[in-house]
Amino acid sequence: MKELKIFAVVAAFSLILYWGVEPFAHSQMHKHVDGHGLVYDGKADTDEVKTKLKELSEEPKKLKEIISELEKKLVENKDINKTEVEEMIKSSKAKLAKIPEEIAKNNKLLTKKKDFWAEVHKITKLKGNPTVGEGGYAMCMGCHMEGAPNMGGAIPPPLDHAGAIYDKNYLIALIKDPAMAMNTDHKFADTMMHPMGSVKSMFVDGQAIADVVAYIAKEKAKEPTPKIAYQEACMRCHANRYGKLTQLGEIPKFKTDIMTGHSIAEYDYKKKVAQEQVLVSAYMGKLPPDLSIIYRARSESFLETLMENPQSQLAGTAMPRVGLNKQGMEKVMTYLQQTGDPSKPKREALGPWVIGFFIIFTILAFLWKQAHWRDLH
Amino acid sequence: MAHFKKAKNLNEWMDQRLAVNTLKRVMQSEYWIPKNINFLWAMGMVLAATFGILIVSGIFLLMYYIPDTKQAFDSVNYTIMTEVGYGWLWRHIHGIGASLVFLIIYIHMFTGIYYGSYKRGRELIWLSGMLLFVLFSAEAFSGYMLPWGQMSYWAGMVITSLFEGFSPDLMGGALNAPGLVEWIRGDYVPGQAFLGRFFMLHVFLLPLVIIAVIVLHFGTLRIPHVNNQDGEDIDYEESAALWKAGRKKESKIIPFSPVFLSKDLFVMGVYFTLFFYLVFYNFSFAMDPVNFDPADGLKTPAHIYPEWYFLWSYEILRPFPKDLGLLAFIFAQGIFFALPFLDRSPVVAPANRRGLFHIWFWVLLIDVIILTFMGKLPPEGIWNDIGFWAAIVFFALWIALPIITILESKKVGGK
Repeated sequence: MKELKIFAVVAAFSLILYWGVEPFAHSQMHKHVDGHGLVYDGKADTDEVKTKLKELSEEPKKLKEIISELEKKLVENKDINKTEVEEMIKSSKAKLAKIPEEIAKNNKLLTKKKDFWAEVHKITKLKGNPTVGEGGYAMCMGCHMEGAPNMGGAIPPPLDHAGAIYDKNYLIALIKDPAMAMNTDHKFADTMMHPMGSVKSMFVDGQAIADVVAYIAKEKAKEPTPKIAYQEACMRCHANRYGKLTQLGEIPKFKTDIMTGHSIAEYDYKKKVAQEQVLVSAYMGKLPPDLSIIYRARSESFLETLMENPQSQLAGTAMPRVGLNKQGMEKVMTYLQQTGDPSKPKREALGPWVIGFFIIFTILAFLWKQAHWRDLH
Repeated sequence: MAHFKKAKNLNEWMDQRLAVNTLKRVMQSEYWIPKNINFLWAMGMVLAATFGILIVSGIFLLMYYIPDTKQAFDSVNYTIMTEVGYGWLWRHIHGIGASLVFLIIYIHMFTGIYYGSYKRGRELIWLSGMLLFVLFSAEAFSGYMLPWGQMSYWAGMVITSLFEGFSPDLMGGALNAPGLVEWIRGDYVPGQAFLGRFFMLHVFLLPLVIIAVIVLHFGTLRIPHVNNQDGEDIDYEESAALWKAGRKKESKIIPFSPVFLSKDLFVMGVYFTLFFYLVFYNFSFAMDPVNFDPADGLKTPAHIYPEWYFLWSYEILRPFPKDLGLLAFIFAQGIFFALPFLDRSPVVAPANRRGLFHIWFWVLLIDVIILTFMGKLPPEGIWNDIGFWAAIVFFALWIALPIITILESKKVGGK
């Protein structure tokens, strides 16, 4: 039938259009990042350095080409800005001269990372004793306590469900060397110490680390709600205003003075939040974004790979690796969806009814149309 | 003064005062539509229905939206999406409607081009339709500003900056408009004044003008009548007489209501089934993820692109240097208006019976789709080259149109 043929053409062009502006365009705009399956063994970290080294090894050839081209220009062309080209040659040569040093630096870094994760691997093989670990955990509580103040950049998060949401290997690595485990060692390399750096002097031997992690895995493993998982894993940096969370925790209810409309307690609270945000942003380089609706602004795979290894999505970012295990990731993602896309369950409940209505409408309309058009031809 | 007898029933009472029977006859039972049409002729009513849905959903959103740069984002994304009962449904309907209305407009436009429905007395239908396209574009753009997300802000920045005109060193700055951009924005950058005026445009002035031009668009149809699948010049009086005599098979026409409307409703049923599938299950093409980041004047998004329906004209602007690009953009916006006058052939027939014009039509359609693709891709490497050449093809097509239609005209005349 002719109309169906026309419909097929219109539908085909519409679908091609959709494919081009949606799946295809997005596949070209956003680089694809493979996750590492929530396995924290340092492979992603060492691979990063290896990629960097590979780039560096190709750099001299590229720079030499640029320099020779510029030199040719200098000889052949008269109508160029001579000093500018000479400047460019000079800076390229300087870059070239620095490359061996850069390579040496990255080789050293590679060895350091390899050694670190090898040691972590050794500790994971040790059998931890939770009872002994309880004493170690008491040291953690020195900072990770209720009502803790900002310490060197952020408020230490509670660890009440750490055993349920964080990966065991990651916890071991974290206690051994927080900056290395979080893959933010570039930030702390020479100039400053990681705020949690003192943990290195608290747990000096592998067995002590294994014990405290065993304690956390056994005693702090109660399944958290999605909201609590978010509070422990994300909230010290990322507020969530739709979830009524600030870096300080849940926003309390305030009483307003009926005579003036003022709420002094609320002003005080807002001031405290502001002070905390100033400290966090000074530590992180900028205020980490509020995550109320991040679920609709980024894809699920972006968020998951970002939490798993922030450097893979935002090279050079100050955001630490979160180190969530499967359950922790699910809980955090659930919470992000609850605040960012709360209508999802409602959509799924209502959708079939509305679409069903229009299918019935279409059938009835078709019958009505047939009744009128039957005797026209 | 008219004399009023006591009416026997409500219909007669109304008829005495408002001539409802005449209205019914003129607007429905004797508003004649050709019989020889396909479902593409229903797109006008589909558009009217979509516009109606946009108005209704817009009214609900308007009750909770706050046009304040500090509150707009959360009034949309929190209040409407979370606190208002079914607010999410109205917002999704509004977003999908705004996107689909353009898909249908483009189908409607290309149907008109394919069947030559802009000639032989139908020029004003085309011109008023194109005016509606421009108004809908302005309506869509102003509406896109309102959630005050990253893409609202930066698209607003980019598009309003086009109004600074050509560069000051071209023709002694005669085509440069210093201060115009600031005047449009009400500030140096998009801010409260900007949001306030685009809010006014979106919810009041533009809808008002659109409604007026829709009435005009319907009006322009009345005398030349709707075209048909063969471009046949129908004798409406003869056909109307046949229909009224009950000889429906011989008559080439049908009344708007109920015969044409019954088919319209069926097409609408199919369309709204798809519409609501998108509302519930696949809406991110109409609600860009980037716009779920709040506006931040200090952070330019990695990719700035307009909604899909503006991509082709955006891509025409992009591959050229500033002045040339602006010229190209103005050309692309205006040239479709000139279609009835650039087509020099008197032939009104579907494109597949018009030789070279048939090729012209499909090349134009495919070129516009390629431009649309390139408009969203990052402007690098091969995409740049394809975009550049697709833009060149676009200009070449419009230069070729008078030539191929004059050739066609000569062939017909010599027959």
